[in-house]
Formats: sequence, structure tokens, C-alpha cells
Amino acid sequence: MSTRSRLHIPHPSARPGDTPDFSYLELSPAGAVDKPPIDVRVRDIDHLSHGLVRVLDDEHKAVGPWNPNFEARELQVALRWIMLTRIFDERMQQIQRQGRISFYIQSLGEEAISIAQGMALRPGDMCFPHYRNQGLYLYRGCKLVDLMCQCLSNTRDMCKGRQMPIMYHSKDANMFSISGNLGTQYPHAVGWAMASAIKGEDHIAASWVGDGSTAEADFHHAVTFAAVYQAPVILNIINNQWAISTFQGFAGGERRPFAARGLGLGIPGIRVDGNDLLAVYAVTVWAADRARRGGGPTIIEHVTYRGAAHSTSDDPTKYRPKDEWDAFPLGDPLLRLKNHLISEGHWSEKQHAALEKELRADVLNAWKEAQKSGTMTEGPYLDPATMFDDVYAETPEHLEIQRKQMLALED
Amino acid sequence: MAQMNMIQAIRSALDVVMDKDPNIVILGEDVGYFGGVFRCTDGLQRKFGEHRVIDAPIAEGGIIGTAIGMGVNGLRPVAEIQFADYIYPGFDQVVSELARLRYRTAGDLTSPVTIRTPCGGGIRGGQTHSQSPEGIFTHISGIKTVMPSNPYDAKGLLISSIESDDPIIFFEPKRIYNGPFDGDPDKAAVSWASHPKGEVPGGYYTVPLGKADIVEPGDDLTIITYGTLVHVAQAAAKLTGFDAEIIDVRTLAPLDVSTLTDSVNKTGRCLIAHEATRFSGYGAELAATIQEHCFWNLEAPIERVAGWDTPYPHAFEWQYFPGQKRIAAGIRKVMEAG
Repeated sequence: MSTRSRLHIPHPSARPGDTPDFSYLELSPAGAVDKPPIDVRVRDIDHLSHGLVRVLDDEHKAVGPWNPNFEARELQVALRWIMLTRIFDERMQQIQRQGRISFYIQSLGEEAISIAQGMALRPGDMCFPHYRNQGLYLYRGCKLVDLMCQCLSNTRDMCKGRQMPIMYHSKDANMFSISGNLGTQYPHAVGWAMASAIKGEDHIAASWVGDGSTAEADFHHAVTFAAVYQAPVILNIINNQWAISTFQGFAGGERRPFAARGLGLGIPGIRVDGNDLLAVYAVTVWAADRARRGGGPTIIEHVTYRGAAHSTSDDPTKYRPKDEWDAFPLGDPLLRLKNHLISEGHWSEKQHAALEKELRADVLNAWKEAQKSGTMTEGPYLDPATMFDDVYAETPEHLEIQRKQMLALED
Repeated sequence: MAQMNMIQAIRSALDVVMDKDPNIVILGEDVGYFGGVFRCTDGLQRKFGEHRVIDAPIAEGGIIGTAIGMGVNGLRPVAEIQFADYIYPGFDQVVSELARLRYRTAGDLTSPVTIRTPCGGGIRGGQTHSQSPEGIFTHISGIKTVMPSNPYDAKGLLISSIESDDPIIFFEPKRIYNGPFDGDPDKAAVSWASHPKGEVPGGYYTVPLGKADIVEPGDDLTIITYGTLVHVAQAAAKLTGFDAEIIDVRTLAPLDVSTLTDSVNKTGRCLIAHEATRFSGYGAELAATIQEHCFWNLEAPIERVAGWDTPYPHAFEWQYFPGQKRIAAGIRKVMEAG
């Protein structure tokens, strides 16, 4: 201790040019963390917020009490969804670089979270995603072409050209609308879950924020309300180590894991290997069962790594080591699942290559299909007159007047 | 018909719609067991239960944020923000989420939240219990902003607001909760009992959103106002002896333009009065609208009487409040010009 106060400015373990250093990450071996019954007293499982639930070990085997014991076929399907998400991202990133869409956000390295949780939740559950949940949209039934059309703001865009790329929604898939104001969806999820309980339904809500957004007031409002009313909700924190250029220390992650954020309110927290599909699935099922049976909310911290830039608007080599992802101790979720299947004798490099080829063709075909509904440079185009629709349930007079004024200038 | 003050009328509105629609829930600080600090929800939790009249943590952003989620899940939440001055922690949820959800999802996802909140000064509330922030909300597309000036309208407008599929910010001028206030703080308080708009049907009725009310017809000038100042303007007009046409805007946004402009085109003179601060206030929008539609019929510049551009000072409440004298002076100025 010093004799005077000091201002602590958090610093990441490595910046460009430095050797990547993840020694700050506390890891548990696969299988080491116990799995309590869902009716456990919250105070008895504080340790789950500090450990790390892992199922896949370093030899690619599934071990320990959280092993969901999937059939090989189920894991092959999961792998397919992860691969599809990654190939979709890759293609859209490329398309953005060609100037054919204005913006994009990849989920590279975080795909297993969306897919595992998609598998663990039910269709009637409501998801309040953040901007790196594209895998969840796909898994829950949104078509590639529809997501692409949203990014193109074309005539088939579900948002009618009103949102920047990647801010999807799907009423049919029970996927809420993505907001650019971070963390705002968290209290919505809690309110939705409260309504579900008020109505006596067993649907639950789930929401996702990044480690950075846990600093937002909405995060704290949401966890408080979730705790007070024991709302049936799963509150996910995707700790991918980086906000844009600020590392997780700037959201207060240096001294306590994010999973522990709810402990003071009596919300159990589970820290899970976010790159381990089996582990994420298992903790999500645990939290969902608990919520559905009146046990209230759970906070899940997914420890992962943002493999790509934050978005197409930043260059990560300006603020972190180029090879940091390669050094990330929890690896690549896609490779880990692939290696697990191979080690179990349920997958091969040949099958993998064939699937990749097939999915690339699917994505390419979807892109061709999407462009038929219009691109930024070629029609068909959305009718600009529609921009005055949906501000209100019925369009008021002043907007009808403005619509006419705008159209008069278009002629 | 029953005699009701504004608090009773608001409570009656909530009672009537909650009987009618089981999806209506109330959420707010102290609204449940206690019945609200202004008693607007008194007795409703006893009648409808704790799952429909819900006491909330002291977190306005959380109240509005969770209400939005409830609305998405098929409920029709009525959130109470205890004082309009406390609404700012929930401002982002109103602006970026509540107001935009329908638009950004092209109508696929909506949340019909009504936010009730007491506003305005005259109760010695100082700068954190006296504000009139309506102009901040009328600037936001996607929400409707309502402010009644009497019990009859309060009940009818609140029912319309709750039943509206659009999100509504419903301001309740707390100075007139118990009786009409003519702006003279030295006079004995008057109750709604002797006021025609204190006669309120006990059952269901609506007052339509988007319609202004001509409170008093007149030929000399048009006074456009709303909330507490409707009553102050009436007293001020009497003081001057001019035959003022007094219009209560009631729904601030979307605005009933034609009722206002028809009147000014008839009288040729216009005074706008509100309690909120003047600069960039709602009155500026009204003045611009009148200028645009009535310029060639105007016989005098449009006059604005508003709160001074300071925070609401506790010790100088009546110097701050745009009372009878200031409105009367404004009327004389409009009448003597040109």
C-alpha cells in the first residue's frame, strides 16, 4: 500500500509488438468444475462464477459432470451451423471490403456461443441479441438471404432500409431487434421474462452483451430487476477480451470475473469456456431449466476471444498484438469441435472439406439470390415514400405532408 | 357523473381499463402497496394484485426498459415515473428503444407503453420536482406527448393513451391535481368540485388523442397553451378584458395544427404560453407553425410567455412561474402591437 491515493488506469497484458500474454485468464481443467442441481442454494455456488466450466479437454475428449453426452449426429449438425456462420461472416466481410455493403461485424471465434445456446433454448423462448449473434439468427431459422438483404437495405430487407447492416430482427424466430445503443436490450429481456411469468407461461428470455457493455446503466438495471422479481431470464456476458480498443479491464474485469456481477444480488453466475460448444450448451440448459421452474435468472460469462476486428470500421493491429488470437488458450471453437468429432471417429478431414465446399456454395447462392432484390447500386430499390411508414401505428398528418414534400422533390 | 379531482380521474381511468383488459399492468416506484406518492394508483394493487400493480426498484431506466420488454411480450404496461424530473435515467430507453422499435423493425415488433409522469411547478418542489420537460419529448418521432389540464380530459386522454398502440408520454401537471390553479398563489386553493371539467363519468369513455380543445371562444386574440397555464391564461385574459380564444393543446405531438391555425387566422393575434423554459421550448415550434400557416393574417408578432431560462428556483417560485401578470402583459403587448 502507498501513503496516498492513486489513479489506476487499466492496461492490457499486451499491445501491438508485444508477445501475447493471457496469464491473467484463470482457467480450470476440463471436467474440474462440479455441476450442482438446479435447486441449489445460490450462496452455495459462488465458486461457479470463478471457475471455468469446460467439457472438451486438451485431447479433444468430452469429460466431466457437464458433458451433455450428445449423439455424434447432433454434434455434426452443430459443427455445420458454426461453419455456416463463419463462412457467412467471411463472405459478408469480403462484400463490405468491396464496397457493396456499408458495414459489417464478424463473429469470428465466438460462433459456438450462438449455436450452443440456439440448441439449448426452445423456439418459444425470446432472444434479445447483441450485434455478434448472427449464428443465433441463422440457427433459429432466419435465412442467409434474408440476413444479406438486411445488410443491403434492399427491397427484401426486413427493416425496410431503416437500420444499418447486421441490425436484424425476426418476429417468427423470436429474435429481438438489434440496437446500436449497447446493452439497451438487457432490460427488455428482463421485462419480457417478467411478462412471461405474469402470464403464467414457461417461456424464458435470454440476452447477450459484451464485456464492455456491462458498464452500461442498462446492464445494472436489468440485473437488479431480474434479481428482484426472479425473472426467468438468462443474462449472457460475452467476454471476448476486447471492446473496441479497450480491453475488458475498462469494464471492471480486472479483479473479479464478469460472472460474479450478480452475486451481490443473489444471481448465480457461471463462467464457461465460450469456445467449447458442449460446455456452453450444458450451462445454458442448466440455467434455462432453473428459470423455467421458478429459480430465477442466471448470469453466464462466456470466456472467448474476438478473432476479428470489432467491426469493419477498426483495425485491430493498431491496438493489440497481431497474433493474439493464436495464443488464446481456449483456441478456436470450430477447430475444437471438429477435432473432438474426429477423435471420436465421427468426422474426417474429407467430410469437413466437403461440407465446407457445400456451405460456401450455399452462401454464394444466397448472395446471388439476395442481389436480385437490389443492391446499393442496382435496383430494384426500396420506395423512399415508405420511410414515413411505421413511425406510428397510423401515419399522422404531418408525416403525410412531409411524405408529399419529399416525393415532390423526387419527381 | 361524479365529482373527481385529477388524481381520482386518473385512478378511475386506470381502474376502468384494467378491468377491461387483463394485459394492462402498472409498474413504478411506490405505485403498489402505497398507491403512489400522489395517490394516483391508490387501491389498485389491492384490487388487481401484485402481478398487475408492481412496485419497482428506484431505477427509472429499469422501469422503462423492462416495461418495453413487457410490451413486446403482449402486455400493455403503464409505467409511472414519480416526477418528470426523474425521467432522464430512462431517456435513452425512450428515445432509442421505445420510440424507434416499430420503425426499425418495420412494424414487426412494437411495445405500447404509456409513461405517466407528474410535471410542472407551483408546489415548492425546487429544481428537481418542478420541471416541464415536454419539449424534449415532442422532439422525438415515434412517441406521442400528452398533457391534460382537467379531470375530464385526464381520464379520457389517459384511456386513449393506454389503448393506443403507440408509446405515449403522459404528463400530469401536478399543481392542478387537486384543483384548477389560476396562477395566484395567495388565493385560497380551489377544488375541482365547482369546475365543469370536474364532472367525470365513472365508466369508460375516451378523449381522442391529437385533438386540441377550444376552452373559451373569443375574437380578439388566440392564446395557445396547455396544462396548468390553461387556467392561468383564462384568469389573465379576464384581467385584461380582452376577448381571448383560449386553446388547450392537450396532445402536444402529433399536433392538431388546424384547430390552432384556424383560430389565429380568425383572430390575427397569437400568444403562446407554457411553464417550460423558453429557449428551444415547445412554444418555439408552435410559433413557427403559426407563422407558417397564418403569416398573412397576423396583425402582431407572435408573443411567447414561458418559464425563464434558468433552473426552477425554490425560493423564487412565483417570480419564475409564468403567472397572470406575465400572461396579461403578453396579451396587452399582442393587442397593442400593429
